[in-house]
Amino acid sequence: MDFMVFQYPMISVQACLDGILLGILFALIAYGMALQWGVMNIINIAQGDLVILGGYIAYFMYLYGIHPAWGVIVSPIIMFFVGIAIYKLVINKVVDRDLFISILATFGISILFMQLMNFAFGADVVLANSDYGTTMLFNNNVVLPNSKIFSAFISILFAICLVIYMKKSKLGRAIRATAQNARAAKILGVDTEKVYAATFGINAALCGVAGALISITFTIHPYMGLPYTIRSFMIVIVAGLGNLPGVAMSGMGLGVFEEFADYILGTEFRIGSVFLLLVLILVYRRFKLSRKREYLK
Amino acid sequence: MKINKIIVSFISAAVILLSTSVASFAKVVGDKIVLGAAISLTGKYSSNGVHTQNGYNMAVDRINSMGGVKVGGKTYKFDIIYYDDESNPKRAAQLAERLISQDGVEFMLGPYSSGLTKAIAPVTEKYGVPMVEANGASRSLFTKGYKYLFAVLAPANLYLDVAIDLAVEKNNGKGVTVAMAFEQDAFSQDVRLGVLDAIKRTGSKKVIDDKLPKELNDMAATLVKVKQMKPDVLVVSGHTKGALTAIRQISEMKVDVPMLAMTHCDAAKLSKQHGKNSQYALCASQWHKTLTYKDDFFKDGMTYDADFTKEFGYAPPYQAAESSAALLVFKDAFERANSFDQKKVRDALAATNMQTFYGNIKFAEGGQNVDKPMVLFQVMCDDGGKCENKVVAPTKWASAKLIHPIPSWSQR
Repeated sequence: MDFMVFQYPMISVQACLDGILLGILFALIAYGMALQWGVMNIINIAQGDLVILGGYIAYFMYLYGIHPAWGVIVSPIIMFFVGIAIYKLVINKVVDRDLFISILATFGISILFMQLMNFAFGADVVLANSDYGTTMLFNNNVVLPNSKIFSAFISILFAICLVIYMKKSKLGRAIRATAQNARAAKILGVDTEKVYAATFGINAALCGVAGALISITFTIHPYMGLPYTIRSFMIVIVAGLGNLPGVAMSGMGLGVFEEFADYILGTEFRIGSVFLLLVLILVYRRFKLSRKREYLK
Repeated sequence: MKINKIIVSFISAAVILLSTSVASFAKVVGDKIVLGAAISLTGKYSSNGVHTQNGYNMAVDRINSMGGVKVGGKTYKFDIIYYDDESNPKRAAQLAERLISQDGVEFMLGPYSSGLTKAIAPVTEKYGVPMVEANGASRSLFTKGYKYLFAVLAPANLYLDVAIDLAVEKNNGKGVTVAMAFEQDAFSQDVRLGVLDAIKRTGSKKVIDDKLPKELNDMAATLVKVKQMKPDVLVVSGHTKGALTAIRQISEMKVDVPMLAMTHCDAAKLSKQHGKNSQYALCASQWHKTLTYKDDFFKDGMTYDADFTKEFGYAPPYQAAESSAALLVFKDAFERANSFDQKKVRDALAATNMQTFYGNIKFAEGGQNVDKPMVLFQVMCDDGGKCENKVVAPTKWASAKLIHPIPSWSQR
């Protein structure tokens, strides 16, 4: 145990800001997962691999001399079509089946993607340099890499655009209708097949944006996708489906919690402590539910 | 009846054919000494797996073209059977079993990485097959009492203790404060143990001791602590991911430390991926082309570097150089044993005492090479942003003077 974080107030500020910036980026990936989970009842194990693939698109742009920040625009466009292709080839065959089948199918896609990326791009760890510099706050006591601020800003921007799109556009309404009741939506003339394909495409596009941002802020590697899947899974579990403010709050909350756990318990317990928190939340939820059930009795 | 007979004779013919073809692979056939190797050609170690294979192939071609191996008055040539272990320890152990019991291989070369070597060593030990490995540095490989395992490289605990010594030397022999960030895997933790020994030996003090999870690609928390504690040395080891993440975040967060020491800089292509931001980083390396060791086959490091680059189109990382050295060790041992008897070759290997372009090789009881110190190079960049790795320690081989302390970010 180390309470340095409380002895120096600036470290607390630093931990909060780092956690929030990190959390916003994770929330974007989680939102894509929540969307398709809610609409199609599919838990996408390949989520993290789509993120990494998006990262490689930005990385290759960087290799060819284009600033990797443009990846934020190019990567989602390409990934949207990749998403549609995956839907047409695999997902449409498992979309109405039970959850276990879809987990197996996306797990298979995840392995396939890892191996293909390893085959195509090699096993080296790579990154794209944005050269965005650093922001110093509070008399240089708090440092924030501009790349992280940029990532959070872009994530928020995409999230807002998506919310507006879901509210205002015809497709957005169709997606929400399908999420509420697929059968009723179908009877009322919604082409659910198209809605599913679009949902999967939008999710892949969000992963593309996040991937491009991760190549700028962190590192990418063909086998690094799974931690992102797990992280977004946890955020969704905590927040619940179809609840964007919830996803954003839970993303940031987990981010801040993780940073503080790192300072207090040590880096080796960083990820473990997040899992512990997840277990506690699930137990608490069950406890609340069982109380509700008792009232009903 | 007739059909049955045809089937029986067909099967027996096939069996005979198969058994003879298997036999033709075995150990020493005609003028060939067949070695076996399971190497990561796919999976997460594939880049370094390919470096290892290229290093082996380069040495095989060189030794064969320069007269081969002379045993019992006859000249033999090296040949290697490769299998792809898919970077998977279980698969590696299966393949070692297959190489030995099906293909009849009697001498093995090591795979890439400590983890895979750990998986294979019990198998080679069980069958009494001598294995010379060049890419498994974990200390635990050499404390199990293996009799048939020989490693041409220095063990992991020696990677970064040189850096602590260097910092103490720069501090006029007084102890220094050390911040450590190590990944939680066998190799990095061995490096950590070595650093801890050095801290104790020199009367230094550790102020931060972070263990980075394998999934982690964010070191911001550790670096904030470093900013607060202002240690004299920051030591980082977490394979290529650790090296790349550290340099990225140190430069972004403007962390000033007088000395930064790490591993895997050349595998991470640090100076290429980070350019000037990687400047002044000290990196532990098994080998560097400017070292002045010599042998008859590759002459010296510079020639090896040029020849390898010509053949494979890229400059050899130390993983390739040490792999080539493994073949030189085998050749030397076969000739001294003057036999293909596994026990005799094993004893000859244990008695190895030679110099190669890669360094001196002499095995301790546990099989590790004790005659080759690690070197530290420092990334140095010119004004045009072109960066180069220059050896700065040990002083005997230094081709440049250590820049210490590292200039602060505000002055760069």
